[in-house]
Amino acid sequence: MSVVTYREAMRQAISEALTRDDRVFLMGEDVGRYGGCYAVSLGLLEEFGPERIRDTSLSESAFVGAGIGAALGGMRPIVEIMTVNFSLLALDQIVNNAATLLYMSGGQFNVPLVIRMTTGAGRQLGAQHSHSLEGWYTHVPGLRALAPATLEDARGMLWPALEDPDPVLIFEHGALYNTEGELPEGAGPVDIGTAAIRRHGDDVTIITYGGTMRTGLGAAEQLAGEGIDAEVVDLRCLRSLDIATFVSSVAHTHRAVVVDEGWRTGSLSAEVSARIMEEVFYDLDAPVARVCSAEVPMPYAKHLEDETVPQVADVVAAVHGLGA
Amino acid sequence: MTEATVSHVEAGEPVGARRPDEDHGVFLLRQMLRIRQFEERCVELYSHSLIRGFLHLGIGEEACAVGIMEALSREDAVVATYREHGHALARGIGMRSVMAELEGKIEGCSRGRGGSMHLFDAATRFYGGNAIVGGGLPLAVGLALADHLQGRPQVTACFFGDGAVAEGEFHESMNLAALWQLPVLFCCENNLYAMGTALERSESETDLALKAASYRVPSWAVDGMDVFAVEDAAGKAVEAVRGGGGPHFLELRTYRFRAHSMYDPDRYRDKAEIEGWKQRDPIPALTQRLTASGALATGDLERIEGEVSAEVDDAVAFAEAGTIEPVEDLERFVTSGTSHGGEPS
Repeated sequence: MSVVTYREAMRQAISEALTRDDRVFLMGEDVGRYGGCYAVSLGLLEEFGPERIRDTSLSESAFVGAGIGAALGGMRPIVEIMTVNFSLLALDQIVNNAATLLYMSGGQFNVPLVIRMTTGAGRQLGAQHSHSLEGWYTHVPGLRALAPATLEDARGMLWPALEDPDPVLIFEHGALYNTEGELPEGAGPVDIGTAAIRRHGDDVTIITYGGTMRTGLGAAEQLAGEGIDAEVVDLRCLRSLDIATFVSSVAHTHRAVVVDEGWRTGSLSAEVSARIMEEVFYDLDAPVARVCSAEVPMPYAKHLEDETVPQVADVVAAVHGLGA
Repeated sequence: MTEATVSHVEAGEPVGARRPDEDHGVFLLRQMLRIRQFEERCVELYSHSLIRGFLHLGIGEEACAVGIMEALSREDAVVATYREHGHALARGIGMRSVMAELEGKIEGCSRGRGGSMHLFDAATRFYGGNAIVGGGLPLAVGLALADHLQGRPQVTACFFGDGAVAEGEFHESMNLAALWQLPVLFCCENNLYAMGTALERSESETDLALKAASYRVPSWAVDGMDVFAVEDAAGKAVEAVRGGGGPHFLELRTYRFRAHSMYDPDRYRDKAEIEGWKQRDPIPALTQRLTASGALATGDLERIEGEVSAEVDDAVAFAEAGTIEPVEDLERFVTSGTSHGGEPS
């Protein structure tokens, strides 16, 4: 076992991919000489050189599109976008090209591309660097979306994502980069098709992912002190959702709280909630509850930002509201 | 590729292939006639509702596609626009599969999933058929980056119109391609209108070659109504690009004789302007030249037109006899790992 940060786990994953496969390269704004805006790629330029750790201009649409083209041309690009807010500048390339080319071409051209980006709030970065827009991408057929919430997933999701013949988006919550923990020696690829039960319980299911997974676990711990035994499901794969895992958990506990840092309206939490209703409505003892971000552009002031995003107390209150 | 790469040229199909004893100019003429007659037939089929959706015709612009394709090798890549029937045919995608695509049949080069605006063909490295104006340029940069990183001496030719020059992708892509000295041939088919918006109503600088040159990309304006001029410029540009000279830009000055699409009443163009450009139709211009030089003898043109007409008839018959995809396969190819459904395996 060695103690690493989420950032280091991600760096190890990138380094391993570059070592294992000559077709892999990393491309994005300030990934090279600067070392990555969140220092994920620090030191990789020196190790792998400027052709494979490729600094780009501030041209999200062109370098994401170039990633798609390079994937079509036989490479296995990892494209880094600084934040999910900036990814909107490349939305056309992601939605109109990466997600559609295989289908439009009648199966001739698949796009084996990985796009990594930071998401989420918690660092007082205001309304253009802090939103959780991953739910939008989960709307789109042809894309796979992943949210590593643990060190194992930060270390292990990249390689299978690169092996996927189709485009994969990896959403890394910015508040997780400094989290630290033990990673087993030889930690490697993980499954990227299923949700994980992070805590077993019988009384209520808390369904969450990414940055709010810790919030869900924190709430479960607090609830345990009150004698309420919560199960925590980490979605891990936002598209396609592993519906069976969270639905069978809810069938067991009969209550569900969905925690999502995205806005409530038209959100991933709405999708999860609807799936529960479709699959196990008659197993529910209470309506599905949701804890989401307040419907405001992310404010800068610390107390307002805290008030905006889901907190442990909000999740606990939502569970209480279900009569658990 | 998710399936075995299939050639979209049917066995026994009378493709407009080069004939060993044929004069090169006559070959170019035949290629342009194939595109012209194909598209004229499309108009008829559209009026009979056999082709639906948006149908953008490049009648008048044939010299651009034919001239550029002549300069490319089989290993090179092509990225085209939604007005790409001519590019597809000149690149060597079989007329049968292009027509079958327009009729929405499985035998189409995109299995009927793409339609007129989204023709694809792995065998000839034809990467669409992109209907987002400017959307193909970043792809071309990436294809060229892959060639660069793998040390392959290939060129990616990227077609787009004058309208795309106003899109951010044009500027971002020109900049990246030049910064990284990638092997892209940017082919701007300047037909003077971005749908209904005239160039001078869209661009503060209407000299597009000058604009492109500001990215330190060698840029030449070419008479896009003269197939020899296009072929000559493309040949020089491709040689320079392949030789490590970085991206090059060709502004092909051309004109579409018909409206933007079948829905367009063409209210924004002056009739006299259209008639003036028709006087420069690349097909009669080349015919006259070849007749004067003796390459085309009496009766040759009629013979070639008859052969091309037979090829179009054959393509239409093939398309109409084609099969439709079973609806059970609707979700096939959403992802590679699935024959049914959008859930990854």
